[in-house]
Amino acid sequence: MTQAGNFVPLEGAIGSHFGPALPESVGHPSSMTVTVEGAARQTLEQARTRLVVVGALFGLALLVVAGRLVDLAILGGAGSNNQVRVAPAAARVVRADILDRNGHVLATSIATASLFADPQKIIDAPDAARQLATLFPDVTYGEFLQKLQGKNRFVWLRRHLTPRQQYDVNQLGIPGVAFEPDERRLYPQGSEVAQVIGYADIDSQGIAGIEQSFDDYLAKGTDPLRLSIDIRLQHMLHREVAAQVEEFHAMGGGGLIMDTHTGEILAMVSLPDFDPEQPGAEPKPAPGEPDPHFNRMTLGVYEMGSIFKVFNTALALDSGKVKLTDYFDAWHPIKIGRFTIHDFKGDELPGYSSVAKIFEISSNIGSAQMVKQVGPEAQEQFMDKLGLTKKMSLEVPEVGTPGIPRPWRPINMLTIAFGHGISVTPVQLVSAICAVANGGILRPATLIQRPDGAVPQGVRVISEETSDTMRRLMRLVVTGGTAKQFGNVPGYLVGGKTGTAEKIMLGSYAKRHANLSSFVGVFPMTDPRYAVFVTIDEPHGNKKSAGFETGGWVAAPAVARVISSMGPLLGVPAVDPDSPVIQAKMEIDVNPVGRHIAPN
Amino acid sequence: MSTVFARTDHSVVGRWWWTVDRWTLVALAVLIGVGALLVTAASPSVAERIHLPTFYFVIHQAVMLVPTLILMLGVSLLSPRGVRRLAFGSFIVFYFLTALTLVFGNEIKGATRWVSVGPLSVQPSEFLKPAFAVVSAWLFARQHAARAAGQFFPGYLLAVAVFGAVLMVLMAQPDFGMTFVCTAIWFAEFFLAGLPMVFVLALAVMAIGGLVGAYFIFPHIASRIDRFLDPAAGDTYQVDRSLEAFIHGGLTGTGPGQGTVKLSLPDAHADFIFAVAGEELGLAATLFIVTLFGFIVLRGFARVLKDTDVFVVLAVGGLFTQFGLQALVHMGSSLHLLPAKGMTLPFISYGGSSMLALGLGTGMALALTRTRFPGSESR
Repeated sequence: MTQAGNFVPLEGAIGSHFGPALPESVGHPSSMTVTVEGAARQTLEQARTRLVVVGALFGLALLVVAGRLVDLAILGGAGSNNQVRVAPAAARVVRADILDRNGHVLATSIATASLFADPQKIIDAPDAARQLATLFPDVTYGEFLQKLQGKNRFVWLRRHLTPRQQYDVNQLGIPGVAFEPDERRLYPQGSEVAQVIGYADIDSQGIAGIEQSFDDYLAKGTDPLRLSIDIRLQHMLHREVAAQVEEFHAMGGGGLIMDTHTGEILAMVSLPDFDPEQPGAEPKPAPGEPDPHFNRMTLGVYEMGSIFKVFNTALALDSGKVKLTDYFDAWHPIKIGRFTIHDFKGDELPGYSSVAKIFEISSNIGSAQMVKQVGPEAQEQFMDKLGLTKKMSLEVPEVGTPGIPRPWRPINMLTIAFGHGISVTPVQLVSAICAVANGGILRPATLIQRPDGAVPQGVRVISEETSDTMRRLMRLVVTGGTAKQFGNVPGYLVGGKTGTAEKIMLGSYAKRHANLSSFVGVFPMTDPRYAVFVTIDEPHGNKKSAGFETGGWVAAPAVARVISSMGPLLGVPAVDPDSPVIQAKMEIDVNPVGRHIAPN
Repeated sequence: MSTVFARTDHSVVGRWWWTVDRWTLVALAVLIGVGALLVTAASPSVAERIHLPTFYFVIHQAVMLVPTLILMLGVSLLSPRGVRRLAFGSFIVFYFLTALTLVFGNEIKGATRWVSVGPLSVQPSEFLKPAFAVVSAWLFARQHAARAAGQFFPGYLLAVAVFGAVLMVLMAQPDFGMTFVCTAIWFAEFFLAGLPMVFVLALAVMAIGGLVGAYFIFPHIASRIDRFLDPAAGDTYQVDRSLEAFIHGGLTGTGPGQGTVKLSLPDAHADFIFAVAGEELGLAATLFIVTLFGFIVLRGFARVLKDTDVFVVLAVGGLFTQFGLQALVHMGSSLHLLPAKGMTLPFISYGGSSMLALGLGTGMALALTRTRFPGSESR
């Protein structure tokens, strides 16, 4: 028998199945039929047929492989259903940074890995839990065991591992645990800007402050968000407010620095504060204790006290019904209904006093007499114009609604004249102060840096002339009035107004020892650029302040220290206050010749 | 063919030369040549990555080739009876060694499959595989032969017992790939031996059930299948690199040694050597490799189509099923047609044990496909 005769094509084999299956058809000598017969022959034929089936299946499978090879090599895998090229597991978008106005990082994200388990795939849960517990001493064996024995197909074991920890877990080689690329929010400035920035939770979802209000924008991860905050000023303000809170054993405090022309908030401090990287680390404050997460500057609404005399005086002068030369009775307490308006002991002014004098020494009675000339309607309209009666618009979710009298009665008018009976957020207050000082234009406050030169037009609230007068009056407070001890900063022409409000407690005014002592300073008064506000909550007078707890003693020193630090930093030229040009600009006559307006 | 041996040469080697399937021999030789080329191209980067001498794998592969060829050619000299005896002997020895791995084995990547024999590490289950194919074939065939002779031999029952025993030891390691191949061999032979179609269907269902069971019992299998079904679900890094290699290679390839996929694939010299071939040699070469495997397997089947010995038909069917299936799974995995399963491409991938075992398996297949003359057969 030759080689060639031995090779039978597949077709021939199939043919033998359908044919009569004679021994000859198999191509073997007839002598073979002796051993191959009956059932045995059938078995053999079936085996042959089925071998052809197996061979055909194999050939078919190879054709599929060949087809796939052609598909990949020539068509680049285009004909494939499971497109691999398009699915390089969409790289996680990392949350965008939050920067201060100069590009310093306030919040950033780092890529981490988080460890999870599929409990169904865990072979030996106790062993796995024991090994993991040795790597993470702060998590107990029991906690891991509980998670690994769960019924779910997914459970987080630990979020945000360091590369070292990730390596260690990999070394354990526990089947059923794996890593998910993750990201973690970091706040390099610590607690300093905590209430403004807010924070993002463990899943990098913003749940407070800027992080919450710009969550969608930040989550896209395209461009960093630039705030109006200047971290250098923030640090100065934080330092000085903290110093005052500590010195006067106060409950808390706050501060703001605002650009008087653009409304940009350059610094915003609220104490106590918290660590945004561990927002839940501290226990919930007891009733009566301040909440570290509470932003006093945006969410808190306060009766600001005598600072409101800035608005009251501006209103009176701008209405034209009161002149700078007018004199009012600042001596006799005003009785209205069951209320009596009087002044702090020692602050009383004998007889009639000029508008400037009333403002300088901050007389409640005088202020109330002044506002009588314009009436409650004009006052309400003015407060409305200054943006003090409605909830302001600001780029954080934590914004408080002002408390205003409804209806706005004459008694309310009298108390509002010296800053009681209306409560506003400090941001609103400082915005309005800026408007009065900057020439009379109110611009909305913002926490986001304005694009270059894009300063909104703003709304005129008082005339240029009234604004000029108000600057002279505010300068007078610092040079001779309630802030003369501490408010002045040589060379920077600070002007401002103190405010010491008795806090409302349980619906009525508290007695002494529950004040909100504030000061707002604006500089340089010849052409104001910055407003600096500090408020201290429940300061306790000490020896150094001769027992005083007023804004002039408690808040003004902090404002002065901030200004003396920030002035040189921001390149505000120091000037000689005694130069004739400056003198002319700041001059004001506290004892002018004028009419005496009697209380009616 | 040459005339090295005269047709009248009746020496053992002379008879062998005129009866062995020389086409298969040539195909195997080409396959080994392609393998040597690819291992030389793919393995240096892998070796460097695990801090071995650059040509560690190349030299090892070359060194292993010598005993492999000797084993293959030596075994192919045997008669069917010799093959049967060799298979029984090696089945017992390697079954015993495989069982030993459970006790003394070196654990590598979570499974104990290797035993150290002196300086050598061998994976006894690789040798168990061809021996098992022949032993099962004989048991199936024996029952038919006994019935034809009016006797009874419980071949099927014994085949089931042997299969169960093999399954048990392989699952204990655990070695899912080897279990899969042995199961496929056994079913293929059972099918050839005349398994009724009803049972074929039932067993197919059971096999699928086994796969599903494995999915739920073994986490790494579940994860592989998950990744296959949903590439976005997890780490499909290796398969993605592999597919990129085929795309990058295109029609003509980047040229031997010029590929980049081997730099990022941990098993470029073994489980993903087909991807290296796709990138460096291109479509023409990969289709050639596919054709070679097709040729060897179908040629082997064709050789026994008119054989009158049921044992030979079944054994050759089983051995080539093993050979072909291994190639198919390897190629399918790297093309993402199948879930990722580490399986070597016969005679092409690097691997000492698998190479030597292939020598044994193909040697037996060559022996059984030799042209036999009526009467020359002895049982």
